[in-house]
Amino acid sequence: MKELKIQPIKDGTVIDHITAGNAVKVLHILEIPKTSSSIVSVAMNVKSRLGKKDIVKVENRELDTNEVDKIALIAPKATINIIREYEVAEKHRVKLPDEIIGIVRCSNPTCVSNSSEPVKSRFKVISKDPTRIKCYYCEREPEDIAERII
Amino acid sequence: MFFFLIKMNFKGKDIISIKDFSKKEINYILSHSKKMVPYAKGERCTDILKGKVLSSFFFEPSTRTRLSFESAMNRLGGRVIGFADPTATSQKKGESLADTIRMADSYSDVIVVRHPQEGAARLAAEFADVPVLNAGDGAGRHPTQCLLDLFTILIEKKKIEKNNIVLLGDLKYGRTVHSLAYALSLFGTELTFVSPENLKMPKEIVQECRELGVEPKHTSNLEKAIKDADVLYVTRIQRERFPDAEEYNRVVGTYRVDNDLLKQAKENLIIMHPLPRITEIHPEVDKTPHALYFKQAFNGVPVRMALLSLVVGGKL
Repeated sequence: MKELKIQPIKDGTVIDHITAGNAVKVLHILEIPKTSSSIVSVAMNVKSRLGKKDIVKVENRELDTNEVDKIALIAPKATINIIREYEVAEKHRVKLPDEIIGIVRCSNPTCVSNSSEPVKSRFKVISKDPTRIKCYYCEREPEDIAERII
Repeated sequence: MFFFLIKMNFKGKDIISIKDFSKKEINYILSHSKKMVPYAKGERCTDILKGKVLSSFFFEPSTRTRLSFESAMNRLGGRVIGFADPTATSQKKGESLADTIRMADSYSDVIVVRHPQEGAARLAAEFADVPVLNAGDGAGRHPTQCLLDLFTILIEKKKIEKNNIVLLGDLKYGRTVHSLAYALSLFGTELTFVSPENLKMPKEIVQECRELGVEPKHTSNLEKAIKDADVLYVTRIQRERFPDAEEYNRVVGTYRVDNDLLKQAKENLIIMHPLPRITEIHPEVDKTPHALYFKQAFNGVPVRMALLSLVVGGKL
């Protein structure tokens, strides 16, 4: 009998098509499990039609679309599936928001956002494809975004 | 050339980066600056900012920017509070910039801030309800210097467009040239960057010029670049921006503008410099008609008068 590595969930959110190897960073960006006591399942390097991918399942919690969209920074092809009674009730692709706050550290060591001032890092998204962001404070563009996730 | 411009409302606006302004808005500020010239020279008097207070907070040394802001506020009939030495303030006790700005916000009607960290003025604007003017943040932006540079070119050349402008010196750490390269590209000038190899213009600035339709030329050969130049903008190699003294010593003195070099220049070439200069322009050049840097320094007063009056809301 074929056995599923991860069981389907009754209610909650499935983040599918995460760039392979980035699931943990996705959880970090979404502050899971810090913001939730839900059961979270992570599958990494799952075979798919387009190669390997990661999957995250969060039970009994429907993640807010705007909140999840910020993972597009490191997983631009990810899809969000809202599950109700084992069925996909809603499905959409992540879309990078216009502003990224408190997720990426500025690459400029003398940027005021890297000091002890009471502000979070803040970036304007200047291009969604390819992803380009610019520091709201010092206007520098980091090249290695994935490496600068706080 | 000054055109008739539709009235724009700048009241309460922060002046943080030249990139926050359109070409139309820049033209409006420059037009307003021209009206301020007789007041800046003391030929006429005004008290349009009577009863208003400027907080002048300089966390880094400055001569021209600080004094011209203070002169501008005084010429407009306002008053100035503040400091030029942060060691005599609560910063020394570890107070954050955010808290210092919150205080200034309750004491004054407008804040001018210079700070060693990039983005500090943007942060200050977040914590202040009154308008904040960036007087230089680290190696980042210096929008009022940029506006006075544009004003100088406009006054001397009658137009900004279509001039061949050479930016010379420390193009890597020099904040004035970063803002200026962007603004000149907005106006569609020709740009040539002349610098030592390790002080080249950062690629993101070059990219911004390209996005505005200007393809800057790069060279380390000043003799060649000066032949076709209408404006030569010279910058100091800034010791304080270098991470180590060895790197500084390798490049200081690479370029020197003197009368011998100027023999190859156009008769109407103007030489600008944000000052202070050290050795990059020989004092013998000061007496030539090319030397515009002291007039440029004066232009800081009418331009800053225009900005203060526009953001605080005084009308001539």
